[in-house]
Amino acid sequence: MPGKNSAPFPAFLTALSIVVAIFLIAFAVGKYPVSPADLLRSVFARLTGRDAGLPEAVEIVIWNIRLPRVTAGILVGAALAAAGAAYQNMFRNPLVSPDILGVSAGAGFGATLGIFFGFSLTAIQVIAFVCGLLAVGVVYAISGLVRRHDPVLVLVLAGIAVGTLLNAGVSLFKILSDPHSQQLSNIVFWLLGSLNGIDTRDLASAAPLVLIGLAPMILLRWRVNLLSLPDEEAAALGVEVARLRLVLIVAATLITAAVVSIAGIVGWVGLVVPHAARFLVGPNFSRLLPASLLLGAGFVVATDTLARTLVVIELPLGIVTAMIGAPFFLYLLARTGKTE
Amino acid sequence: MKRRTLLRALACVPMLAPLGGTSVFAQSVKSNLIRTFGRIPPPSDIKRVFVAGGPAAILVAILAPHKLLGWPSVSWMHSEARNAFGPPLRDLPVLGQLAGRGSTMPAEKLLDIKPDLIVDAGSVDETYLSAAKRVNEQTGIPYVVIAGRLPDSARQLRETAQLLDVEARGNALADYAEEILSEAARVRETIPVEKRPRVYYGRGLEGLETGMLGSLHMEAIDAAGAFNVAAQGGQKIGVARVSLEQVIGWAPDIILTQDPNFASRVLEDPRWRTIPAVRANRILCAPTFPFGWLDVPPSINRLAGVFWLFAHLYGIGKDDLERRTTEFLRLFYGIERQA
Repeated sequence: MPGKNSAPFPAFLTALSIVVAIFLIAFAVGKYPVSPADLLRSVFARLTGRDAGLPEAVEIVIWNIRLPRVTAGILVGAALAAAGAAYQNMFRNPLVSPDILGVSAGAGFGATLGIFFGFSLTAIQVIAFVCGLLAVGVVYAISGLVRRHDPVLVLVLAGIAVGTLLNAGVSLFKILSDPHSQQLSNIVFWLLGSLNGIDTRDLASAAPLVLIGLAPMILLRWRVNLLSLPDEEAAALGVEVARLRLVLIVAATLITAAVVSIAGIVGWVGLVVPHAARFLVGPNFSRLLPASLLLGAGFVVATDTLARTLVVIELPLGIVTAMIGAPFFLYLLARTGKTE
Repeated sequence: MKRRTLLRALACVPMLAPLGGTSVFAQSVKSNLIRTFGRIPPPSDIKRVFVAGGPAAILVAILAPHKLLGWPSVSWMHSEARNAFGPPLRDLPVLGQLAGRGSTMPAEKLLDIKPDLIVDAGSVDETYLSAAKRVNEQTGIPYVVIAGRLPDSARQLRETAQLLDVEARGNALADYAEEILSEAARVRETIPVEKRPRVYYGRGLEGLETGMLGSLHMEAIDAAGAFNVAAQGGQKIGVARVSLEQVIGWAPDIILTQDPNFASRVLEDPRWRTIPAVRANRILCAPTFPFGWLDVPPSINRLAGVFWLFAHLYGIGKDDLERRTTEFLRLFYGIERQA
């Protein structure tokens, strides 16, 4: 019985120390050799405001490349896992991931358009973000129009339909792009997600949006539990189900769109991390949310470290998260099956 | 109707074949550069040529512009290229490309425009060859695939010219190509390996996509004798993404690109600052008029990239660059530049 309801705090501490260890390792390894001694000296110099006397290249690698990248890993992982946990609770379905309502498909379509028409990197990110929000907006509007079915079911089905439509659009532009130019490979890489090339400006644009989205989740963490009850029962307990659901959808969409616009579509995080968190601390959302944030951050930082160090070239992050996430998911499935 | 046309065409293929008589050409060319599918008509009968993709379009546009039916795409063409071209090339429609499953040219439309020959050029592997074979079997239109490696440029020009009945022009251009390539061989011989500039070639949105060892996209750079820092990776995988940390670690002396946006951004981005090429302000942005000089698409046009690289990497013929460029554009495309 690994910590179902008993003793979540030791479990938290274990998870926290593992994540901190991952963070330190990620910071210490990379394609540009930086010795641990140089790393410590540089960090110490920053803290004390002195000059470390290191080559400028080392300083740039540590502070302008690795730090933003590891921080982006924390941000992306925490955000996707939190959105996934909220959705799995809200849709009462453990197979739900943050892109169920079409936010990733929308962002992917926006980015594809931006790449196809040769816009700047910043413009591509803005279009991806806006299209992600728009896609979910359309899905929500459709669910408001169709009133004769279970609202949650309509949301999911509308999300699948709109997502399919947008993915068809992405495929269309892939076909129209020229194989000899860089467009096609840019689109493919974008859709597979990557933290390569992320800088502090990207973080500065995405982090506030993620925090804005996380705030209502944290504040409403107790009520979110009630959404896993049937609508009538939750309503009987005094929860305005429809409004709470809307708040959660807006929050989860905001944080997912924000991280997808800077990192591309990183799959599996939002699906597999909440499962691991539930395995560790149980289904109570007030514990599940912090556990998901923590594990999500650790998972993406770890997989991104593999993506950038395993071979000479960069592997797309989405491939690594899937290769590690899918077997782990199956393992969890087998484990939870036995205990229950 | 269209479907019936297609079916009829398919039905006719095996019957027509023996009636067409044996092609003189099929026996006369024993080439390992050109692979043929179907019965290739005699050169003088080839009047309408459909090209499958960019490199083939450029090859045929250079050799026999009046036989070219259209452009497969214009996304790799310089925005001013079409206006600069003379009448046959300027007015050609955009038809779509043939690239296996990635084709934007329907087989029926192909039958409708009735080309005498389909030409593809570029990388030759089983995927391309089997796709060519299938199109030929399906439509009955003869199909040739030409291996498009830069060191073979002269032979490509000569043999394609034979195929298209423009031998005199082909020989003139092939002589020119041979001159550039043998100049390149001399440069590579005279400059010792340790004196060669260490270059990084940046592609893609952020310049973090590059050609690895033996990549088709690095051939102009390889021909000019530059040392590709990404070749240290040693993989034969064509184009790949690399991390910025990796590029800093490689510490290239020169950064090459075809993307002016990347070329200007790299000087402003503090993360690239410590790279020797950026410190020394040696960011070289290659021209793309009328097509890419280094790459994109990897075509015959890269011959211009080779002499451009001599001038910029070693200062060889630096004062002569303008004249050579003018000469190249006139000879290959009939474009007259104002000096």
